[in-house]
Amino acid sequence: MSTRSWRALTYGVPLAFLGLFFVYPLLAILDRGLRGDGDPPLDVLTDPVTREVVWFTVWQAFASTALTIAVAAPAAYVLGRYRFRGRSLVSAIVVVPFVLPTLVVALAFLAILPDNLERGWAPILVAHTFFNVAVVVRIVGTFWANLDPRVTEAAATLGASPAARAREIILPLLAPALAAAAAIVFLFSFTSFGIVLILGGPRYATIEAEIYNQAVRLFDLRSAAVLSIVQLVCVVAAIWVATRLERGLAVTGTLRAERDTLKRVRNRRDKLVVGVSLGGLGLFLGLPLAVLVERSLAVGGGHGFDAYEALTDRTSVLLAAPWEAIVNSVVYATAAAAIAVVVGGLAAFAVAGSRGSRGLDTLVLLPLGASAVMLGLGFLIAFDTAPIDFRAAPWIVPVAQALVAIPFVVRILVPTLRSIDPRLRDAAAVLGASPARVRREVDLPIVARGLAVAAGFAFAISLGEFGATVFLARPDRPTLPVAIFRFLGRPGELNLATAYALAVVLMTVTVVSVLLVERVRLRRGGWF
Amino acid sequence: MTRTALCVVVATAALGVAGCGGSNQPNDVVLVTHDSFAISPAVKKAFEEESGLELKILKAGDAGELVTRALLTAGNPEGDVLFGIDNNLIARAFGGDVFEPYESPELASVDPALVLDPAHRATPIDRGDVCLNYDKAWYADRNIPPPRTLGDLTLQRYRDQLVVENPATSTPGLAFMLATIAEFGEKWQGYWRKLRANGVLAVDGWEDAYYTRFSGAAGSKGDRPIVVSYASSPPAEVIFGKPRPTTAPTGVVESTCFRQIEFAGVLRGAKNEEGAQKLVDFMLSKRFQEDIPLQMFVFPARRDAAVPPEFEKFAVVPEHPLDLSPRVINENRERWVDRWTDIVVR
Repeated sequence: MSTRSWRALTYGVPLAFLGLFFVYPLLAILDRGLRGDGDPPLDVLTDPVTREVVWFTVWQAFASTALTIAVAAPAAYVLGRYRFRGRSLVSAIVVVPFVLPTLVVALAFLAILPDNLERGWAPILVAHTFFNVAVVVRIVGTFWANLDPRVTEAAATLGASPAARAREIILPLLAPALAAAAAIVFLFSFTSFGIVLILGGPRYATIEAEIYNQAVRLFDLRSAAVLSIVQLVCVVAAIWVATRLERGLAVTGTLRAERDTLKRVRNRRDKLVVGVSLGGLGLFLGLPLAVLVERSLAVGGGHGFDAYEALTDRTSVLLAAPWEAIVNSVVYATAAAAIAVVVGGLAAFAVAGSRGSRGLDTLVLLPLGASAVMLGLGFLIAFDTAPIDFRAAPWIVPVAQALVAIPFVVRILVPTLRSIDPRLRDAAAVLGASPARVRREVDLPIVARGLAVAAGFAFAISLGEFGATVFLARPDRPTLPVAIFRFLGRPGELNLATAYALAVVLMTVTVVSVLLVERVRLRRGGWF
Repeated sequence: MTRTALCVVVATAALGVAGCGGSNQPNDVVLVTHDSFAISPAVKKAFEEESGLELKILKAGDAGELVTRALLTAGNPEGDVLFGIDNNLIARAFGGDVFEPYESPELASVDPALVLDPAHRATPIDRGDVCLNYDKAWYADRNIPPPRTLGDLTLQRYRDQLVVENPATSTPGLAFMLATIAEFGEKWQGYWRKLRANGVLAVDGWEDAYYTRFSGAAGSKGDRPIVVSYASSPPAEVIFGKPRPTTAPTGVVESTCFRQIEFAGVLRGAKNEEGAQKLVDFMLSKRFQEDIPLQMFVFPARRDAAVPPEFEKFAVVPEHPLDLSPRVINENRERWVDRWTDIVVR
């Protein structure tokens, strides 16, 4: 394939996909909201409540991001530096909180937090950290594992202190990955909705929660549209800063394959570092998860497996047996991960290319920051007439899930692609390799690990995706989070225990599938 | 070159997409409904065999989301029949011209008090009541009588015992606020100030209130013995109890109940209007009506429909539930919710 048609492909596919499934429905609903006469829609902006909401949204997103990075850093270090038994298991387990439905996690938090801490901003920050630790651990940890340790070793030989090495070498090298991870955590916290409603109590609201309130509760589409534009502007500004940082910070020529960089856990000190870092994180993530397991077993004043036995009974709550939700989830997630890896992978090459476009870079991240509520409503009115009447088409579910997963794929791959030493490519070209061959034999092997992590992440995101799925999935084809939500909405102890049992099943499916997805690459040794 | 390639990609994507677009065949009928809708597989099959139509069910979120989606797609709806909008929201749907009027012959068997729309845009299917539930054991242990009226809740004796849902985000929360307005009229705001002074706890949703705050739900670690829930929650505690208790652990404060009626209507612009009418008739038939209690935990609208023994025994059908007209609710809902937020939350 020639360089030009490759460029056309890397731009064309992501642009077509995002244009059709993101930009078009979003514009359709904004247009519906803002059209028509009446009061100028700007009164929403001057409302003191709006200002309060915007302020809270911004500061809690910054605080959540900072807290997440602080909590995740030790584990990212351990995964990025050490080779030990169970390393891939640890990095799969970290993903579990990320896929759990917010409602379940919120209930688990309410169960363990002391009464006086239950409502307010503190539990919101802690919950955001709980959800997003995986983002930082995996993006930064993976990138770290690819950094050439000889640079720091050389600095140590030359007498640099550990602090100086961290400040002068490791931090600058890690910066692009840190910026990428921080951008994603920021966007997730910025648009957080369910957690804020439940743990914040009625007093706290993010812009997204207020959009939902205006659009769905009050059916004031105009205010909702104005608010979602405010949200978009904030998000674009944040993305702009983050991608600029990421771009400015990229250092080339330092990446190596993971197998050459990790060191074994040898002495006491190594053991202590690994043990304390992972143990601390394990405690933080493990406690709420343990509550879920305990709750799934609590029936009739004692403990038993009744809820798990009920998973095979066909129930009218779902119009299907609960276990079928496992199959549905896996099928949807496979399709969504495939779409996300193809579209996001191509977009990553376009963004990281020598003439990479800032516009595409921003557009690709935007689905994470745009209002999910408005996008969902946009789907309804944008795709309602032939030839694009596919409101009821089953494939719309993985497409919507892929929208959320694509930003991850891009953000995981771009820092790595940028760090590939251009001299490697030049050398290959000088030796007569075609551009396609350079991509296949220089870029892909280095990106392969990142691609596997991205695929695993995309799979997990789709497993856990709730907002769009509950909106679009057919009721007789529920996914696990949808099934959990349905059982949670009914009174009766067995229904509650079944919801928790399904959450435990979701945790298991997540760990197993993330391990499998990442295994695909490892077993074949190189590119899959 | 670049541009040509781009066009090809876009065109292929559009074609591929159009090729798999779902279109409604006239041999099915699509029911758009809320998340709590449920039907026994046998009853669903009975309809399909009787009518020769496949029944497709589209769950569109909670009641609020359901109305929003119906309003947005008015005239070009997502399905043929809409079920699940209650008397608190129905006037909003009327305002958006969502329905095509249809008077079902089965209406003759329905309690006439439930037929709120003389134009028959909306047909009543079931009734449920939102009432205060209390934890029987909690009060028995302490030798305190459970509250009997809304007014009781402001007494020192019931301090820090009530948990309610936010009317802005929860359907039962909204119904309970309306109950206090129906009861106290102009003075409802003063009542809520007193409730706040007496330690009322407001949470976002029913799940949180019932499962984590209320002490009476099996498996809950909550410590508040009074909660806003449904008249049918006690039988649900019995039916889903493990082992099944012989008596309901919770009770209903009958004088606090607010009436909720759920309606079905034929959607304007339905692809299968005839099928839609058949489905509305079926939803009023004895077969479907008698399936309602154990599926959706509300009561049938039909007078001659039998209800299961657990309902006879443990549920309450208030004789004179509190009530407001859909029009009054629709005109004031937002203002009331704003006032409530000011009084209880801010």
